Amino acid sequence: MQYLTSKEVLSLELKANSIRQSIIEMLTEAGSGHTAGPLGMADVFTLLYFGILKHDPKNPDWKERDRVILSNGHICPVLYATLAHSGYFPVEELLTLRKFGSRLQGHPHKGALPGIENSSGPLGSGLSQAVGMSLAERIDNPYSSKFFYCLTGDGELNEGQIWEALMLAGKENLNNLIMIVDRNGIQIDGYTKNVMPLEPLAEKFESFNFDVQEVDGHSMRAMNDAIGKAQAVYSQPSVIIAHTIASKGVDVFERDFRWHGNPPGKGPEDRVPKGEQAAVALKKLRTLADTIEAQDS
Amino acid sequence: MFASHLQPNLSPDTVEKVPTRNGYGEGLLEAGRRDERIVALCCDLTESTRTDQFANEFPDRFIQVGVAEQSMASVGSGMAAMGKIPFIASYAMFSPGRNWEQIRTTIAYNNSNVKIIGAHAGVSVGPDGATHQAIEDMAIMRVVPNMIVINPADVHEARKAILAVAKHEGPAYLRFGRSGTPVVTTTESPFEIGKAERMYSRDESYEKKVGIVVTGSLLFNALMAAKELNENGIGASVLHMATIKPLDGEALEAFASEHGALVTVEEHQVAGGLAGAVAEHLAETIPTKIARIGVRDSFGESGEPDELIEHFGMGIGSIVEAAKKLV
Repeated sequence: MQYLTSKEVLSLELKANSIRQSIIEMLTEAGSGHTAGPLGMADVFTLLYFGILKHDPKNPDWKERDRVILSNGHICPVLYATLAHSGYFPVEELLTLRKFGSRLQGHPHKGALPGIENSSGPLGSGLSQAVGMSLAERIDNPYSSKFFYCLTGDGELNEGQIWEALMLAGKENLNNLIMIVDRNGIQIDGYTKNVMPLEPLAEKFESFNFDVQEVDGHSMRAMNDAIGKAQAVYSQPSVIIAHTIASKGVDVFERDFRWHGNPPGKGPEDRVPKGEQAAVALKKLRTLADTIEAQDS
Repeated sequence: MFASHLQPNLSPDTVEKVPTRNGYGEGLLEAGRRDERIVALCCDLTESTRTDQFANEFPDRFIQVGVAEQSMASVGSGMAAMGKIPFIASYAMFSPGRNWEQIRTTIAYNNSNVKIIGAHAGVSVGPDGATHQAIEDMAIMRVVPNMIVINPADVHEARKAILAVAKHEGPAYLRFGRSGTPVVTTTESPFEIGKAERMYSRDESYEKKVGIVVTGSLLFNALMAAKELNENGIGASVLHMATIKPLDGEALEAFASEHGALVTVEEHQVAGGLAGAVAEHLAETIPTKIARIGVRDSFGESGEPDELIEHFGMGIGSIVEAAKKLV
């Protein structure tokens, strides 16, 4: 586990802020897509790609890379933006999201774009794929230090297939599997506690033979520590329940499930009129960036 | 005349019957010995799907997934992403029946090198009844891009099909039967993915002629029907299409041109499977009158395999009658 200095934390926060701005720009340009999840997970993705992963953006098929398996494919704007900012493809290409002929499909397509490990969109199947990758790696190299990071939503946990995969991962003691749950408490139809209650979630994972941590998904340092601990677990798979705020970074969008599946310009109007949503979001993010930069100097 | 590479003296009284799933077991073991990338996954049906021989010899390359077909499809996709060649086995009713979307998204759309093994296909599953008799599987798999669909006729062809798909890069679906299936071909009979085989050639001296296009377990019935038709003044030939997708369009067009009218024969719904594939292809090339033998928009039921085949109109007599009506 590597300790993050204050300077590194601020640098990561600034990067996450740029990624959030890209998310707003690409969704606005696309005119459709999901806002809440991508903004909420920007910190986790930034930490992974700029602080944790063994990867090489110039050599995306490098065999020894860690794998990021996005299970809830609808939050792909944050994956695309993070990949672009990491150097997998030009940042300008982000504005082609969801357009005809684009490599940035509405939901990720493996092979379409460098850095995409799996096609996803229909929920619940990413964890099984991560389990399969981890099993295959163990056959080839029982002492592998490669990690398989599977990112899922919390609404996604309604899918039965998730629990099938959890059973197999727990049975096989897949210690290289690290599941990160975006616990933002919302899904399309409302709050997760109303649509389909998940709690006590940590106990559920524990009963499936997972090492469980609950962490503030916006704290770079806490998440970094948690991933470090998960990497050190040697006898069972790990799950990090990352408590996040839907639409984090744009306070007027935050925590509102109506932002789950709408882009800026088409979201709920009670706090910001549709026509101003993109501009307001970008302005708020830039102000936030200024605050971070001020701390850094 | 029977094709020269078939078993000699084929007749209902003497033909040997072996489940096609045995060919999966043998083929998988053989392929596994040749290629260590091959892994097998199963959903609590290891003996019954004949995955057990491989599992016993290569325990480290066998994954017992439990009764979880949806997860198995995606676990297979994940293993393929790491360079493995997974064979995922269950009953056809559950895989691809239950996990079709996982197959579509995580195997076909990913173009993963996963082989899907659907055992216990068709009404010949017998006493277990309709819930376990997959007669829609070829239809749902045939429409999935990147997917190959193979329906072997007997145990020898099943083994060869497994060896062939093990070498083929990309997703494939293969269906197998539970009960004893007449052994028609030999170890020497040719098999190639995507290639139809002429198994019986008509007596060319007859003016009346009809072509029988068959897939899978009913090849024997089709051959016996052709023999009977030829003995009764109708020149009938049999084309076996073990591969439903990609369809051997060239062979089919030649067969349709030669015979003018066709009977399709399959242990499957007449919609969407072999009949569907043949009709679609010929409608665009050589519009041909077709009579369809198979299950007609109903579910199966409990019974002995042979009586169910008769009940659902897939017996030798039904094929003969359908052919006679066409000429």
